[in-house]
Amino acid sequence: MRDRLSQVLKGHQADYAEVRLETNEVSHITYRGRRVDEITRAASSGGNVRARVGGGWGFVSFNELDGLKDKVALAVRQARLVNRQEGYFAPAEPVVDIVPPEVSKDPRSMPFADKKKLLDEYNEIILGTPGIQTSSIAYADAFKKVTFASSEGSYIEQSRVDVTLRVAAVARDGGEVQQTSLSLGSKGDFGVVEGLHGRIGELAKRAVEMLSAPKVKNGEYTVILDPVLAGVFTHEAFGHLSESDHIYENEKLRQMMVLGRKFGGNLLNIVDGAAVPGLRGSFKYDDEGVPAQKTYLIREGYLVGRLHSRETAGVMDEKPTGNARAVGYLFPPIVRMTNTYIEPGDVVFDDMIKDIRLGIYAKDWYGGTTSLEMFTFSAGEAYMIRDGKVAELVRPVTLSGNVFTTLANIDAVGNDLEMNQGGGCGKADQAPLPVSNGSPHIRIRRCLVGGR
Amino acid sequence: MYDYLSPAKKVAEHAEVFIVHARRTPVRFEANQLKQVQTKESTTVALRIIKNGRIGFAVGNGAIPPETLVAMAVETVPFGPEAEFEFPAADNYLPVNVFDAGVDDVSIERMAELGLGLIEKLREHTPDVLCEGNVSKQVSEIRLSNSRGMETSYQRSVFSVNIEGVLVREGDLLFVGDGESSCRPIMDCSRIAESTIRQLEYARVLTRLDSKTMPVVFTPIGIASTLVAPLGVAFNGKRVVDGSSPLKGRQGEKVFDVKFNLWDDATLPFQPGSCPCDDEGVPSQRTPLVEGGVVKEFLFDLQTARQAGTKSTGSGRRGGGLPGPGSSSLIIGEGVESYQDILKQIDEGLLVEFTMGAEQGNLLSGDFAGNVLLGFAVRNGEIVGRVKDTVVSGNVYQILGSIGALSREARWVSGFLKTPYILCPGLSVVSKGV
Repeated sequence: MRDRLSQVLKGHQADYAEVRLETNEVSHITYRGRRVDEITRAASSGGNVRARVGGGWGFVSFNELDGLKDKVALAVRQARLVNRQEGYFAPAEPVVDIVPPEVSKDPRSMPFADKKKLLDEYNEIILGTPGIQTSSIAYADAFKKVTFASSEGSYIEQSRVDVTLRVAAVARDGGEVQQTSLSLGSKGDFGVVEGLHGRIGELAKRAVEMLSAPKVKNGEYTVILDPVLAGVFTHEAFGHLSESDHIYENEKLRQMMVLGRKFGGNLLNIVDGAAVPGLRGSFKYDDEGVPAQKTYLIREGYLVGRLHSRETAGVMDEKPTGNARAVGYLFPPIVRMTNTYIEPGDVVFDDMIKDIRLGIYAKDWYGGTTSLEMFTFSAGEAYMIRDGKVAELVRPVTLSGNVFTTLANIDAVGNDLEMNQGGGCGKADQAPLPVSNGSPHIRIRRCLVGGR
Repeated sequence: MYDYLSPAKKVAEHAEVFIVHARRTPVRFEANQLKQVQTKESTTVALRIIKNGRIGFAVGNGAIPPETLVAMAVETVPFGPEAEFEFPAADNYLPVNVFDAGVDDVSIERMAELGLGLIEKLREHTPDVLCEGNVSKQVSEIRLSNSRGMETSYQRSVFSVNIEGVLVREGDLLFVGDGESSCRPIMDCSRIAESTIRQLEYARVLTRLDSKTMPVVFTPIGIASTLVAPLGVAFNGKRVVDGSSPLKGRQGEKVFDVKFNLWDDATLPFQPGSCPCDDEGVPSQRTPLVEGGVVKEFLFDLQTARQAGTKSTGSGRRGGGLPGPGSSSLIIGEGVESYQDILKQIDEGLLVEFTMGAEQGNLLSGDFAGNVLLGFAVRNGEIVGRVKDTVVSGNVYQILGSIGALSREARWVSGFLKTPYILCPGLSVVSKGV
């Protein structure tokens, strides 16, 4: 394969060209209530060619692997057509490597029947809870192998196994409907989705309790976020803003995001990196063949780094960070997060909450999105804080705000970092990309809270 | 192309093969310039079999040999859902035209000109605006056949133009933009330019609103981003069958305002959501969902229709997996008042053009809270400036249960929703102001 690809990438008349070939296999099981909604097996084989001429790109994706040389020629022709003169592409050492999948309890070696038995158990726990209307469960495991070759001499084969589980309980009382959910994931370890019986039982009970829970009065509150929700906040509110493709061609945004700018208090440290083994956002090389790293984005409150592809690093005259990722062969790599987290501080939970007269303790993840400056993210579970203590359960809340003021309003960082592996990130139609995010408990002053 | 149906029929009582071959050419703009030209060609084969009364299902992208795909589907059968329906027999579909050969004839150079021309118009108005966007064309061929002798195919072409402009001022990001999608080539971008320029114009001044309950007007784009997702869930036959739709059992009941009419129409010519038949071979139709505030019908595919004891509404749609009920083009009936007259009724209120995060609300109960990413303060009937750091929240069923007014002007949003402006007499608005 290596010889074939290096042959294909010869004599192409572009400044740079690369080929990616992918095979993947996915198994997918979903339930709606007692009914199995879907069991699917899917297999794909395909690939793409990307070529750069100056600052313009051509991209060709395909399922049929024949005629690769013609596909390279088409990508080069398209890149020429863009006719953008100046192009910057940060240098990267060519790499030759074969990376086997990181697996512990491999879902591929388990029969469908065993997976279904476990899901049946979870489903029965939910449906057996009084007050529950229905359930929904979605389990998937995916194996993916990507072969990458570039005109600079890189040749990398990487494989990975991704496991995801989302469980939701729906409670209904007349026209009132409330839902609670749980999302988990792992890189190649089925064990992560096992043994959740207790958690799922509580999830179902909470959905029923939420039917009679009051709504929060909209307004500004002091909030404490649990590690899961604080991780989502980190991803939405700051992670996306750190992706250099949003700013590299916008002079004014670059000024706004100048390194050294103070974003938060000295207690705030934010990191992204794929070089940690075993997390869903981990890998050895990104989709441009750049080795995974650990990048400090904020250190002691100051902006110190950002996430790059080779192009954004070239334009901004910085170093690539190994953050160019594509969700699959239908798309070119773009700047993405990997594992993003707030580093732990030293505040224990009791100290964080004790001075809050009226506030909100928001837990668990339901969704999140950003426009760079503004973000919203929603909790799966929320409680009032009254006189320094966690008080009554309330309906889930949506938190919203401006990243520049909100980061500065973080005034306590806990000592209890946890990583959340249940999310999938979406950007520019590319979703869901496996990422993880995390944080210790954090406290934010004056956060806009809306009931939902 | 391989024959998938014959080997599948050998191992199962019934079989169905759904094949989509698509070629898409997106031309991408960044920082006001052309950036990337893509060609994406893909072939997807979905095989659904019924064996021992159960459904087996497999999907292949690319050159997956028939015996492999059949074996994959057979592997899922013992655990698959019970088949409660039969595949449809051959039918004479009424023609629904969703193909224009002219789409594929638009050259990449012409697409580049279109996008650059649109950017130029925006920059004439606001020189500092930095635009990104896409002009894309797609041609697909859809082929469907089953073991009851049904065999059909049709072509669909889609042309779309999308633009987003960002304007950075000290400590402030303003996003504007719009788009259009059609089965015919879009050769005139002036409507997109006008609506985006109007956003820039209204956003010139930053102003503030007090936090309180006030009248709120949602524009068509505002409705798409704030109010539509819960309706998609509530009228989905799958949600009706499992009881999670709040409208289950309320057919014939007046749930919405008498002014509110909603329907799904898969037969409109040259709309990207239209088709002669759905993804299971059931003829397309227009399905009334709400008439005069009364809940009429829900959207069903074959399986959920049988479970609900009714007939498929031709709403079987596929998004990579088994077919499920889904909308084609959703249309909210227009009202009688002009948009300008509606604004004139407002002493102090909010005009919502785009919200972010509302779809993370409780889609089942209809409760939402959305960050007003683009919205304007209205005073004494006039738009007086942009507001930010603002959250609008409420309940979709309450809003559509007592509508202040629907405008007589209506428009398409992204090719899949047509709606007028909607006035809500009182909604909670929380604003940090400037």
